[in-house]
Amino acid sequence: MAPHAESELALQVTINGADIEACVAARTLLVHFVRDVVGLTGTNVGCDTSSCGACTLLLDGTSVKSCTVLAAQAHGRQVTTIEGLASDGILHPMQAAFQTHHGLQCGYCTPGMVMAAVSLAAEHTDLDAAEARVGLEGNLCRCTGYQNIVAAIVAGAKAMRDRSTAVGEGATS
Amino acid sequence: MIPAPFSFVRAGSTEEALDALVEYGEDAKLLAGGHSLLPLMKLRLATPSVLVDVNEIDGLASTRIHGDEVVVGGLARHYDVATSSTIREHIPLLSAAALTVGDPQVRHRGTLAGSLAHGDPASDLPAAVLALGATIVVRSARGSRTIAATDFFLGFLETALAPDEIITEVRFPSCAGVGWAFEKFNRRAQDWAIVGVAAVGGTRPGVALVNMASTPLRASAVEAALLGGASSTDAAQLADADTDPSSDRNASAEFRRHLARVLVRRALDDVAARAPSTE
Repeated sequence: MAPHAESELALQVTINGADIEACVAARTLLVHFVRDVVGLTGTNVGCDTSSCGACTLLLDGTSVKSCTVLAAQAHGRQVTTIEGLASDGILHPMQAAFQTHHGLQCGYCTPGMVMAAVSLAAEHTDLDAAEARVGLEGNLCRCTGYQNIVAAIVAGAKAMRDRSTAVGEGATS
Repeated sequence: MIPAPFSFVRAGSTEEALDALVEYGEDAKLLAGGHSLLPLMKLRLATPSVLVDVNEIDGLASTRIHGDEVVVGGLARHYDVATSSTIREHIPLLSAAALTVGDPQVRHRGTLAGSLAHGDPASDLPAAVLALGATIVVRSARGSRTIAATDFFLGFLETALAPDEIITEVRFPSCAGVGWAFEKFNRRAQDWAIVGVAAVGGTRPGVALVNMASTPLRASAVEAALLGGASSTDAAQLADADTDPSSDRNASAEFRRHLARVLVRRALDDVAARAPSTE
């Protein structure tokens, strides 16, 4: 027998480590859930057509465009937004690299760039500039600032590797 | 843009999904990655009253070897298809095609079955599936059946899939060690192909075209010429035979015909270059 179709859904989503429960319309997009229901407005709506990548966040650790995912599809899953990267007031290595390399101008695309970069870094063992450029296919910067963004992502990916190595060594010592 | 209101069913098994399709009828749509369906719904070009989410169904994304075939689960994401060591070894053409779809975020969500069911002539994976001579396995509450890729694409965004059917898996003959090529011509990163070509060599060469008609289609004249012993250059001259490309802001029909001939020649050269020297 088929499960009953619901127009209002009770969702449980873990966002940046916090368990969120909310009842939303089935048609609610994940980006609107994160911004308007949960109140995390760091994730931006850009083109709203899954082209620009401003709404990129992590769903179970991999980058997705949250304008083209239903909130219902995040039920029972882990969502990480730009607000979830820093811990105890210390920037995530990728955020720090964007700051160091000035990988932004107006900043509107930046949360999506950073989240896409975190996912990209996790998928490449030794991310280089060419891989970063190809990997940014889904993120548009209209200030024409890709040069510094690519430099930031390569440095940020290396810093992420160094951090995980350090954590690994710390755990064994 | 927000989709028109609909109701949502989270299917816990293929049986539940099929039951939901029976219960809610033709107004129900399956939701996998959602990267073709949700954009259409946001533009109100599609207004299904019920979405049946198949993302939670166990086993629908698994890939396995079965005899001399590679069986890829319908829910396999483009990222998984592009990176799977099994797929890369046995059907590298499919991995290469998956790697050209959209962008990394799109590839994390979009699925093989979703791309086929959407039936967009501008999509990359349908051409790869055609060139590889794949078989599409579908299920409904009425039972299972298989559809040859060649018989699957019927018209613009129209396939042989019935409203109550789900694509459970796609079976590919193993092409390990056989030359292959995927050529995609576009002007901007992330774009659809203006024209694309999927090609595989071996004893039964397969060549298929992206965006050269209202459906993805095989370049049958090229395949026949190759079987008859024609050179790559000569066979490629037949690339636009029996095609019906459109003219739009990206390219005229005439330019698309030219692109098809050039891209097929390049693809056939790549197929030859990648073939083992003993072939």
